[in-house]
This record gives sequence, structure tokens and C-alpha cells, in this order.
Amino acid sequence: MLALNNVSAGYGSFQALFGVSLEIKAGETVAVIGPNGAGKTTLLRAISRLIDPSAGEMLMEGKLLNRVPQHELVAHGIAHVPENRRLFPRLTVEENLRMGAFLPAARAKFAQRLQQVYALFPRMQERRRQPAATLSGGEQQMCAIGRALMSGPKLLLLDEPSAGLAPVMVQTIFEVVRTMSAEGYTVLIVEQNVRQVLTIAHRGYLLVTGRIKSSGTSAELLATDEIKQAYLGM
Amino acid sequence: MFDVFLLEAVLNGVLFGGILALLALGLNLIFGVIDVVWICYAELIMIGMYAVYYLHAVYALPLWLAFTACIILVSLLGAALHQFVIRPVLSAEPINQLLVTGGVLFLLQGTATLAFGVEFKNLGVQLPTLRVGELYLSTTRLIAFVVALLGMIGMYLFLTRTYLGTAIRAISQDRSVMPLMGVNPRRIFLLTSALGGALAGLSACLLVLQYDIHPAIGLSFGPVVFLVCVLGGLGNIIGGFVAAFLFAQFVSVGGYFFHLEWGYVLAFLFFVAAMFWRPRGLFGGRL
Amino acid sequence: MKALAWIAVVALALLPLVGLGNYPLHLMIICLLWAYVYTGWALMGRLGMTSFGHGAFLSIGAYVVVMGWNHFGLSPWLGIPVALALTALVALLIGYPCFRLKIVGHYFALVTLAFSEIARMIIVALRDYTGGSLGVTPNTALSNSSWSLLALQFSSKLVWFYVVLAFWLAGLWIWTLVDRSMVRIALEAISQEEDAAASIGIGVTRLKLGVTMISALMTCLGGVLYAQYQLYLNPETVSGIGVSLQMVFGAIAGGMFLRLGPTVGAVFTLLLTEGLRLALGHDVHGLDTTLYGLLLVLFIIFMPRGILGTALALAQRLQRTAPRPATA
Repeated sequence: MLALNNVSAGYGSFQALFGVSLEIKAGETVAVIGPNGAGKTTLLRAISRLIDPSAGEMLMEGKLLNRVPQHELVAHGIAHVPENRRLFPRLTVEENLRMGAFLPAARAKFAQRLQQVYALFPRMQERRRQPAATLSGGEQQMCAIGRALMSGPKLLLLDEPSAGLAPVMVQTIFEVVRTMSAEGYTVLIVEQNVRQVLTIAHRGYLLVTGRIKSSGTSAELLATDEIKQAYLGM
Repeated sequence: MFDVFLLEAVLNGVLFGGILALLALGLNLIFGVIDVVWICYAELIMIGMYAVYYLHAVYALPLWLAFTACIILVSLLGAALHQFVIRPVLSAEPINQLLVTGGVLFLLQGTATLAFGVEFKNLGVQLPTLRVGELYLSTTRLIAFVVALLGMIGMYLFLTRTYLGTAIRAISQDRSVMPLMGVNPRRIFLLTSALGGALAGLSACLLVLQYDIHPAIGLSFGPVVFLVCVLGGLGNIIGGFVAAFLFAQFVSVGGYFFHLEWGYVLAFLFFVAAMFWRPRGLFGGRL
Repeated sequence: MKALAWIAVVALALLPLVGLGNYPLHLMIICLLWAYVYTGWALMGRLGMTSFGHGAFLSIGAYVVVMGWNHFGLSPWLGIPVALALTALVALLIGYPCFRLKIVGHYFALVTLAFSEIARMIIVALRDYTGGSLGVTPNTALSNSSWSLLALQFSSKLVWFYVVLAFWLAGLWIWTLVDRSMVRIALEAISQEEDAAASIGIGVTRLKLGVTMISALMTCLGGVLYAQYQLYLNPETVSGIGVSLQMVFGAIAGGMFLRLGPTVGAVFTLLLTEGLRLALGHDVHGLDTTLYGLLLVLFIIFMPRGILGTALALAQRLQRTAPRPATA
């Protein structure tokens, strides 16, 4: 579904990604892991069209993404849940979800998708009239994911969903992603929490200083010494 | 002893407050969403007033048609203002944005002087005075108040019940995340500018019923609108609403106890005091 | 460079003695007067305190002195200190809360705008004394002589030229002084490491208040000069948003970060108004305002550093690309 071929990107004279290639097939949950500053966020920003890649191609279902304007990305079926949630603080939960369905195609299915999201996140239904700023960190993450789902995306980009959350909430969020994965959603998830994310993802890529260092199924990655040493403290 | 004249002053203050609130709404909307103050806001209204005058008093179009044309015209002016004048300086310092709209103020004033001359013009629409017991109220003012109220309610419904309206509120809270939902921020800004223009156009329709037109009238009520907005918290729509009625009461009741203009002075001094107490406005800024 | 500047100043000072007519002399006086006023505004403007309300200070200077003379027979020599005191009070009233609470940008511009409107409102409301919108003229002391030191009225434009020239030079000198003390304060702030944040904060507020005070007082005196020279005032020409914006435009058109920028701006705006009048043969109402507005818009969009600023930047860039002589 999504393919990156030799993508390089950076900020001005500072290059953050060097010839990154990866792919995600429909129905897969793929994790991108790596240390801080490895370029994980840059990768998502490139896909999400916040920055232009300086080299390489990004293809979504065969269509070239490189020059697509930011706001047309959703129409291509990609929904990005940004780092730190970025909900609209003074809008209610339901209004935030409504914003997710801004696309005309999504508006038609608003009621139906809203029910789906509420089914996935019952707490969102309870809190639907509350301003988003009053939600807890974990609830905000659920709302942010729900908002992205409202556009009926083919591919979901999750940027560090566990960041800043209490351990209990981290568990909950990963449970949610597992459920979504089981329901057939295609997810690209960038994460610091290696152990947890590899238990719910099918495959993973290890990104170190802007390059893919290794990749494979979650089981394969978990078995490598590198991962064991660097991230699992073994 | 019940003072009918005082009650009249209070009521007139309420009616005046309604118009002021509508004026403040447009300005606050633009600032709350785009973060720009249209210094030339009152001048846009002035152009709208002239439009109604010429369409109705000179070319004898029915009043409702003149009003509609006015609203559309000023709405387009608002959008044009944003597209051609404000967009180039959106990323510059705020002072540049203030100055560039200041330039438009002079531009509009000068053009109006060239085109329409400096004699005062009046629409000539006279409505009877309403008498309720011992109270005398101007029908024109009453109608203006009701329309202003309806306009604000309409705006409220639009902002809360429609996708576009919600997007407008959203963009003032987090601009850079909007594209992720398929919203083009530039389009929203343009739309908001058109909306602000439409509100100015509506205000023009209401004002032209009550006041004479002159190229420089913008200077007489423009600063008042800025004051009211700052008083309520720049960008805060609800704050502007409340501040408008408060300010209008000071003007009206103050003008009753002293002389008319002193009512304004009193209201301004109230503003100064409020600024000392709460420099960010009574309710703080932003939507 | 310095010597050249002094020669130019002396030349300027001697120019009227060559025998200029009244009209060119009048133009030079107006030009230097507004150059002085714009310079006073730019003292604040360059520090990011863009006031849209300097009309308040201008009108305090003008009206207090004229009212004192007309209604109380108070010589401007006494009226001026009263005006200065009132100006200082208003400047404090505006400045203190704003700077303490870090009100800048839009808010500051609009709050100062409010004050200039308040001034205009009060002048109009007090119409029994001030003549309201119709304006007022200081009672003449020149019926028997061509000058009166007591009333600070002079019929000779030559005298006024030198008065205004002196003020203009003084304004530029004040600019230099403020510059130097700012450098000193900045160095102090840098050299103090402990409690740097707090001490910088206090220093900054005091600096801002100080500059605001100087700027306001300068403008106040500008108002006095205007009143005594023109011998006619009305609220529109010295207070309110119109003249306040004019000051802002003048300073910025010339370039408000440079000492001579506001002066260039004054020359420019004057040339514009007079040039139009000459070209069209008479006053076409509204044309100068229209052009003014159009130019302001174009300036801000394309030349935000003003005429002088842009010219200097251009000169610097040309210098860099010019071939350099080999140093032996």
C-alpha cells in the first residue's frame, strides 16, 4: 500500500533521512523504531507532506505522493495522528471527531463512523461533550486516533502514541492498536517503546541516524542482539 | 421616584450595545482566527453605507436589494483585502499588518472623498418613533438591534453547527494541524475574511438607517470598536459581546447624567481603568 | 563622515540667509518640524513599541499651551511645563501597566490608539473652551510688534526656521544619547550573570518607560511648536487616529531604525503632499490621502525597511559585490 523508495529528507542544510526504503502492505501493522533523533519524526513528516523529500519517491497505492499538498493527503487515504495528539483544546470531543470527518466524502459517513469510533473508544462517547483539554493524556490519545479514523483512512500514521502517558494508559493505547490491527486497519506506528510496539506489530524497521539498519518480522527483530542490548536492556 | 428618562437612556444603551456588539463580532472573528486587526474595518463599513445610499437613494433600488448588494460587496472587499493586502505580510511582524490595513484606511477614505465628495449624505429613511407608555424609542434603533441580534445568533449557529464554522473555530486553536484533516488553511482564512466583510456589510446596512454618511465617519466609530474589542479581550467573541453592552451603557447613561460627549469620555475612562486592572481585556484574548 | 555631516548642517543653517522666499521657508519649517516629531516617535517604534496614539501627546502640547494663553493669559513659558507634566503623567499611565505586563504588538497599538481618541474626544467635548471641531487660534500678541518672547509668537519665518532647526538637531542628539545608554544597559545585562533574568526584566521595563517618557515629551514640545507656528489648531490635525497614523507612516516610510530615517520620511511625505498640490494646481480633496494610503500599503508589502533602510541595504549589497582593491 505504502512504499518509500530511497527517500532522503531534511531541514535546510541538515539532512535527517538518507535513502530510506520501506513498504507497508494492506492490513499490516508496521513499527518504525530507533533512538531519539534517528529521524523517525522526520520520516512521518515527509509522508505527511509537512516537509518535501529531497530525493526518492513516496508511493501510496502506486500514486506518487512527493508533490501532493498537505491538505490533500487525507483524500489519498492517509490519516496522521501527530506527536502530542494536537487536539483542538476548546472544541468538544465530538467536535474534534467532526473535524476529522471534514472531507465531503467523510461527512456523508459521519454518523456511521462516529458510532464505530465510539464502539472502539467507549470513554469517548461518555465524554463527547467535554472540551478536549479536560481529558486525560490517554483519553486525548484515544480521541486523536478516533479523529484520524473519522476520515475512513486506508493508512493510519501514529506518531509516538505512548509519549507522555502513564504506564497504565500506555497499555491501554497499545491494546487499542492491537484491536485495530486485528480489525484489519493498516497502521504505521513510530515508537520509542520498543518492547510493547513489537508485540503488536507484524513487522518493524530499525531506523538509526537516518538509515534503515535492520528490518524484519517482530519476532526476528526481538531476537536480534542489537535490539536486545540497546532497548530491552539484556 | 421612577425616572423614565433614565430608563430610556438604559434602553437606548442596550440598543446601541447591540449594534456595537455586531461591529465587535466582525473584528474579533478576524483577529481570533487570522491574528490580524483590520484597522480599516470602519472604512469598509463606510463604503458599504455609500453603496446602500447610491443604490437606494440615487438609483431607486428597493431597500432590501440595496442591503443585499451591500453585504455581498463588503464581503468581497473583505476577501480581497485579505488576499491582496494581508496575505503578503502575514508572516511579517504584527505591526506591519496593522500598518498595511492603516494604509487601506487612508486609501478607502481618500477614494470615497474623490468619488462621493465631502458633503454629508443621508439615506432619508424615516421611521416613526415608538411610544411605550412614557418611553420614546426610535424604531430604527429597535430594528437595528433586532437584526444585529439575529445576525449574531446566525453567526453562532454557523460557528457551532456547520463543518466550516467548526473549522474556523478549530483553526484559531491550532493552525498547523488543520491540513491533516484535509482543511486548507488559506481557504479558511479567505472565507473568514469574507465572513468578516459580510458582518461589516450588515453593520453598514444598520448604521446607514440611523446616521449621515461622510468619507471620514470611520474615524468616529472605528476607534470605539477597537476599544470595545480590546476591553473584552481581543479575539474573544463573547468578551466583545459583553464589553459592547457595558461600553454602550456607560455612553448612554453617562451621556444622560452629563452631556452626550461626556458619556463617551466616561466610557473611555472606564476603558482606561479596566486596562489597568486587566490589560489583556476583561475576559482575556482569543476565541 | 562626521565632518561631512557637520558641513551639511551648517550649509542647511545658512541656506535661508541666501534669501529664500516665504513659501520655501515655510516648507522647510514644516519639514523639519515633522522630522523632529517623527524622530521622537521612532525612538519608541524602533524598540518594538509601536504607538498609534502619539497624537495624544501632540495635542496635549498644542492645546494646553494655547488654552493657557487664551483663557488664563498664561505665557507659554509657564504653559509648556504644565503640558510636559501632563504628558509625563499620561505617558506613565500608558507605559507602566503595558510594560509591566508585557503588553506589546496589537494590544499596545490599540491601547495607545484609544488614548489619542480620548484626547480628541475631550478636546471636542470641551468645545466651549477649545472651539471643538472648528478649531482655535492663539490670541495674537503681534498686533504691535513682529515678535513676542512672552507669547512665543514670531511673525518672521526666519526665526521659526532656526527654532525648528535647533529642535530637529536636538532630537537627533537625543537619539544618539538613547542609543549609547541602551548599549550600556545591554552590556550591563550581559555582564550580570546571577539573577540575570530578573535584573534584565527590571532594566528593560525601566528602559522602556524612560524611552516612552522621552518620546512623549519630545512629541509634546512638537505640538507646542506646531501651535505657535501655525497659529491655528483643530482636533483633527493634532490628535486622533489620523495624525497618529501619519506619524507612524512618516517614520516607517523613511526607515525607523536609522537616525535620519524619520527625517527622510518627513521630506518624502511633504514632497508628496506639496508635489500633488503643485501638479494639480489646487487641492483635489482626497487625492493625497488616496495616494498616501496606496503608498503605505505598497511600502509595507515591498519596502518594510523604509526608503533609507532599503537604500542602505542596497548600498551595502553593492559594496560587497564590488571588486576589492588588493591590500598591499
